[in-house]
Amino acid sequence: MNMKGEDMTGDLKLIEEPKRPMAMNPRKFALWLFMITVVMIFAALTSAYIVRQGEGNWMLFKLPLELWVTSGIILLSSATMHWGYLSAKKDELEKVKIAISLTTLLGVAFLVGQVYVWNALVEQSVFFVGNPSGSFLYVLSGLHGLHLVSGVIFLIIVLISTLKYKVHSKNLNQLQMCATYWHFLDALWIYLFVFLLVNH
Amino acid sequence: MATADIHITEETHHDDHEHHDDHGNFWTTYVFSTDHKMIAKQFLITGIFWALLGGILSVIFRLQLGFPEMQLEWLRPILGEWITPEGKIDAEFYLALVTMHGTIMVFFVLTAGLSGTFSNFLIPLQIGARDMASGFMNMLSYWFFFASSVVMFISLFIETGPASGGWVIYPPLSALPQAVNGSGLGMTLWLSSMALFIISTLLGGINYITTVINMRTKGMSFSKLPLTIWAFFLTAIIGLLSFPVLFAAALLLIFDRSFGTSFYLSDIYINGEALPNQGGSPILFQHLFWFLGHPEVYIVLLPALGITSEVIATNARKPIFGYKAMVGSMLFIAILSFIVWAHHMFVTGMNPFLGSIFMLLTLIIAVPSAVKVFNYLTTLWRGNIRFTPGMLFSIGLVSFFISGGLTGIFLGNSAIDIQLHDTYFVVAHFHLVMGSASFFGLMAGVYHWFPKMFGRMMDAKLGYIHFWFTFVGVYMVFFPMHYIGIAGYPRRYYSFTNFDTFNTFSDLNMFVSIAAIITLAAQFIFLFNFFYSIYRGRKASANPWRSTTLEWTTPVNPGHGNWPGEIPTVYRWPYDYSKPGADEDFIPQTVPFSETPGSNLPHENELIKLETDNDEQVIVVDEK
Repeated sequence: MNMKGEDMTGDLKLIEEPKRPMAMNPRKFALWLFMITVVMIFAALTSAYIVRQGEGNWMLFKLPLELWVTSGIILLSSATMHWGYLSAKKDELEKVKIAISLTTLLGVAFLVGQVYVWNALVEQSVFFVGNPSGSFLYVLSGLHGLHLVSGVIFLIIVLISTLKYKVHSKNLNQLQMCATYWHFLDALWIYLFVFLLVNH
Repeated sequence: MATADIHITEETHHDDHEHHDDHGNFWTTYVFSTDHKMIAKQFLITGIFWALLGGILSVIFRLQLGFPEMQLEWLRPILGEWITPEGKIDAEFYLALVTMHGTIMVFFVLTAGLSGTFSNFLIPLQIGARDMASGFMNMLSYWFFFASSVVMFISLFIETGPASGGWVIYPPLSALPQAVNGSGLGMTLWLSSMALFIISTLLGGINYITTVINMRTKGMSFSKLPLTIWAFFLTAIIGLLSFPVLFAAALLLIFDRSFGTSFYLSDIYINGEALPNQGGSPILFQHLFWFLGHPEVYIVLLPALGITSEVIATNARKPIFGYKAMVGSMLFIAILSFIVWAHHMFVTGMNPFLGSIFMLLTLIIAVPSAVKVFNYLTTLWRGNIRFTPGMLFSIGLVSFFISGGLTGIFLGNSAIDIQLHDTYFVVAHFHLVMGSASFFGLMAGVYHWFPKMFGRMMDAKLGYIHFWFTFVGVYMVFFPMHYIGIAGYPRRYYSFTNFDTFNTFSDLNMFVSIAAIITLAAQFIFLFNFFYSIYRGRKASANPWRSTTLEWTTPVNPGHGNWPGEIPTVYRWPYDYSKPGADEDFIPQTVPFSETPGSNLPHENELIKLETDNDEQVIVVDEK
């Protein structure tokens, strides 16, 4: 029975072979869906910002210069993340360790920087409680910061795997997901920063 | 006639080893289960509990509306201080009842109870997967829902009462504890509960979408998906896009309530004293809320429509009429659901031009909805209809979808809405088209898939009694409300009798209340039937409805992993009922066209190829 049909007698017939549907790694796919939900939260908040701003009674203030610094830090962290990913692809594991550690440190530095931003806002007498124009800035940066904390935790998990030599060119899934999430958080912040520059 | 499959190319069923008989202990089997079927049952039982509670709450406030003079002292053992010394329902508690009835029914019954049950149960079974993409996330989804249920349940028993600003929780009413007692701790618990609920819905939704896209069995292309799966899939996408927006709205409300910000609050005086909040906008909340709120209507309705498609086609023994039109109209409804939210806000002082745009978009929804109704009716037309309880409930859904949908055309008009807004006309409209229709979809699903869930049949006679009482009852409750609403009576008001204009409706209200009590009582027939049949029902066969879809190819009581052997392969669409020339009046999706030469259409014969392009082929040897 284990041969192609021609040499057997008429008891044979061929049936159509259906295709296996296209599929990607379910975890990666779920991560993308999660990022969509995060996009929707910030889309809601930023459109609320614009709608609210359009109604007037909107306090004007200068954005703290520290925001440029933190934005620079997070852009740099994306670069180190990508360096780490490329190194892992080439199995240069020592470089991966350095890159992931650097990214983690830059992530923490960004969070610390955001606290300085909040301090600078307080010095300008822009408080969380007060005119919504200030409150929105706190909510947007705070909620983004909260997501970044989850990103840093993810980075630490990947870092531990890296130290155990579990991340290499044959086992990239975890690192790829972490990199995707990190670049996403970076892009999200840049969007928020540009949004604030244009609309504050 | 036995057939043997010989796979010449490399066997690629990498997931076969995942199947194992699950002999976990009580905790891993029934409580912290990761099996989608058990999680579905957990959602169903929790949903039934909430449905009962939500129904009882509605009957309590119907007592007040129908019999305003009635002595309710006998409710004191349950409601305690909520019964005033005069033996009436406390007016603020009335508001809490209405709020909780809405919240419970919309979110806990018709979102979690409906999607949670049937998406979980049917997605892996009907697409041919061992389980959800992530069983752990699925378990978390249920337990977040459970935690959210516990918080909401506790809020019913606190001294200041549960949230009472309506299920839409508009600020400033919901933001200021000074406004109404329920806006104190009750509202805080409401918001915490909903935050947990949103997490649960998102975890579930991410899982549903991932599973449908990535884990379909061989041959299960999107054009061969049963309409149930299409409906659950689109529902999950709508939920994924809209619930985060509710989360954002709730977050800002939490900041306003607990941290003193002013996103939604401005220029408010209480007892002559000005609140410090400046610069907020309550309309902003309505925009954010209804951006979720309107899609939520379809999150509730689409799964019921999907279930109906499946049940009607199976029991009419006919292919669903216009499969592609059904998918297309659901897709169109899903897209439109995001751009019509402002029709809930016509009377908020919205720019009339903007209002007419939203009116136009709203009325367009009538097109795909009418397509669906047409297709249901044409599927029924001249079918060999078997009136099973599930079928009756599905036909009931179509009836409510028509009668409730027609009033939607009135309400979608920004001019007519000035008269009808927030009256009992609205209540009648959405209870028919969204509430009862979805509830009937849920019931149809339970009756239809009960044999697969519990391996036993529900009693059909009790099912018929349940159906007729509920069907007639629902119309008797909601039809009269149209008249009360057209007369202008506002919803959520404690008392009709305070206004002479509405005294004429006393008898009509009494009639509605009696009908509501009878309808609720009829649900106990279902409850008995459901729980009795789990243990004592007639044993089901593997495919009691002679249906084509994959779930009926599993054993009567499928284990963890669903199919004991290999996952079946799919060759045809799910609606081959009464195909001319076929041996039986249904051909399961797993039967290749090469085995049914008598019934194949010309283009189906072409699908039988000797060799496929990728040299992957199968030979079937008949061993006579």
